[in-house]
Amino acid sequence: MQNRTVIPFGPQHPVLPEPIHFDLVLEDETVVEAIPSIGFIHRGLELLCRKKPYQDMVYIAERICGICSFIHGLGYSQGVEKIMEIPIPERALYLRVFWSELSRIHSHLLWLGLTADAAGFESLFNHCWRVREYILDVIEETAGGRVIFGVCKVGGVRRDVDNDTLKRILARLEEIEADYNTIADVFKKDYTMRHRFSGVGVLSKEDAYKLGAVGPTARGSDVAQDLRKLGYAVYDELDFEPVTESDGDCYARCLVRIREVNESFQLIRQAVEKIPGGAVDLKVKGFPEGEFFSRLEQPRGEVVYYVKGNGTKFLDRFRVRTPTFANIPALVQMLGGCDLADVPVIILSIDPCISCMER
Amino acid sequence: MFEEQEIVQVTREELLDRILSMSNEGYRLVQIGCTKMEAFQIDYTFDKDYKFLDLRLMIPIEDAQLPSITGVYGCAFTYENELHDLFGIQVEGISLNYDGNFYRIPVVAPFNIPGKEHEPEETPESKE
Repeated sequence: MQNRTVIPFGPQHPVLPEPIHFDLVLEDETVVEAIPSIGFIHRGLELLCRKKPYQDMVYIAERICGICSFIHGLGYSQGVEKIMEIPIPERALYLRVFWSELSRIHSHLLWLGLTADAAGFESLFNHCWRVREYILDVIEETAGGRVIFGVCKVGGVRRDVDNDTLKRILARLEEIEADYNTIADVFKKDYTMRHRFSGVGVLSKEDAYKLGAVGPTARGSDVAQDLRKLGYAVYDELDFEPVTESDGDCYARCLVRIREVNESFQLIRQAVEKIPGGAVDLKVKGFPEGEFFSRLEQPRGEVVYYVKGNGTKFLDRFRVRTPTFANIPALVQMLGGCDLADVPVIILSIDPCISCMER
Repeated sequence: MFEEQEIVQVTREELLDRILSMSNEGYRLVQIGCTKMEAFQIDYTFDKDYKFLDLRLMIPIEDAQLPSITGVYGCAFTYENELHDLFGIQVEGISLNYDGNFYRIPVVAPFNIPGKEHEPEETPESKE
C-alpha cells in the first residue's frame, strides 16, 4: 500500500461559498476516501417551532436559506395546510408556481456563474450573474424582496400580482430568456467548459438511485425523478417532463440545470396563461393537529418537511431534510478515486447549499 | 393536490427484515428522521415511483439503540451518524461510523443528555 496523506478540505475554501469540511485521504494525487463533517453553521431553526406560533414559523422556514427561500416557505405552508385541510385558492397556487420557478431560475443561474468561475471563465460568470439580476428584479417587482420573498403564508400568498403586470413580466421574461440562451450556448459549445467537466465525477444511474441522490445530481445520471410530478400547487395542470442526461458526470449535471432553466421559463408561461381570477388567501382559523411529510422539488432536488402539530398554536416538530444532505452519500462516492484537482469541481457539481443542510 | 402517505409501525426486531423487503421491492430511502417525545420516534421514509411509505419505530429514550440499516441502504450512514451525534442514539454497525465527528456543532450535543435539554430562547409569543 502506498503512503497515505490526509488533506483537510474546507470548511473555508475558494470554491465553497459556505462551510463544509472533508478529510481527503490521498494516495499520491488520487483521493481514496473522503470523510465529510458538517455543522459549522448549525442554527437550530427546527427547534424554534416550539416557541413561534405556527403562522409565524413560515418566516423562519424561509430563512433556512437565501437561495431557495420561497420554496422553503411553500413546503412548510403546504405541510400545515394539509394537516388543517385548508382549501387554497387556485390563483394563489398558480402564483406559488410562478415564484417557485423564478426561484429555480435564479438559483441555477447563480450555480452556473459559480461553475464558470471555478473553471476560470470569469466573463461567463459575470454574464450569468448579470442575467440573474434581471430575474431578481422581477422577483422584487412582484414579491417585494429580492432574497427573502416573504409572500408565502399558511392559507395562500400575501400578495397578488395583477394580470396586466403578469403579461408585462412575461414579455420581459422572453427577452431575459433570449439573453440567457446566448450564455447557455457557451456552456454547451465551449471546448474549455466541456473539457473541464466531462468525464469528471461520474455517478452511474444505479448508484444515483441506490445512494438516494436527488435533483440534478440524480437526473444527470438518467434518474427521471422530479417531485413536481407529485402535482403539488398546480404542477399537475402544467405540461413538463423531468430533464435528464445520461453521462452521469459533472457536465451532465451542468446540462440538466441549463435545460431546466428553459423549462422553468416555459412553466411560468403556462402558469400565467392559465391563472384564474379570485382571492389569493384564506383566513385561517384553528390550530394544526396531525402530521404530514411535505415533499417538493427545490432547485437542488427533493426536500422533505415533516410537520407535526398538537392542536395548539405551537408545533411539536418541524424537521427539514434538504437535498444537499441527501446528496452527501453520492458526493462521497464520486470523490473516491478522483484526482485531487477535480475535488472542487465535483463538490460544486452537486450545487451544495450548506445553509439549507445546517438549518 | 396532496400525495397519499402510508405510515407503518414496526418494532425494533422487525426493522431489518422490513428494510430488506423495501430494498428488494426497489424503494429509495428518502430520509431517516427523529422526533423526541416521550420516546424517540424514528421515521424511515421511502419512495418508489412517487409512492410514499414510512416505517415508524418507537424506541424508549432510556434504551436508545438501533441496528444500522447501512448493510441494506449504504446511503443511510449520514442519517445514522446524525441520530448518534444530535440525539445520542446508539446505532450498531454503521458502515461509515464517524464516532461523533460528523456534526461539529458549537453547542453541547447530543441534545438528550438529562438536565441539558436544549430549549429555544423565550419569545414574546411563547410567553403569552
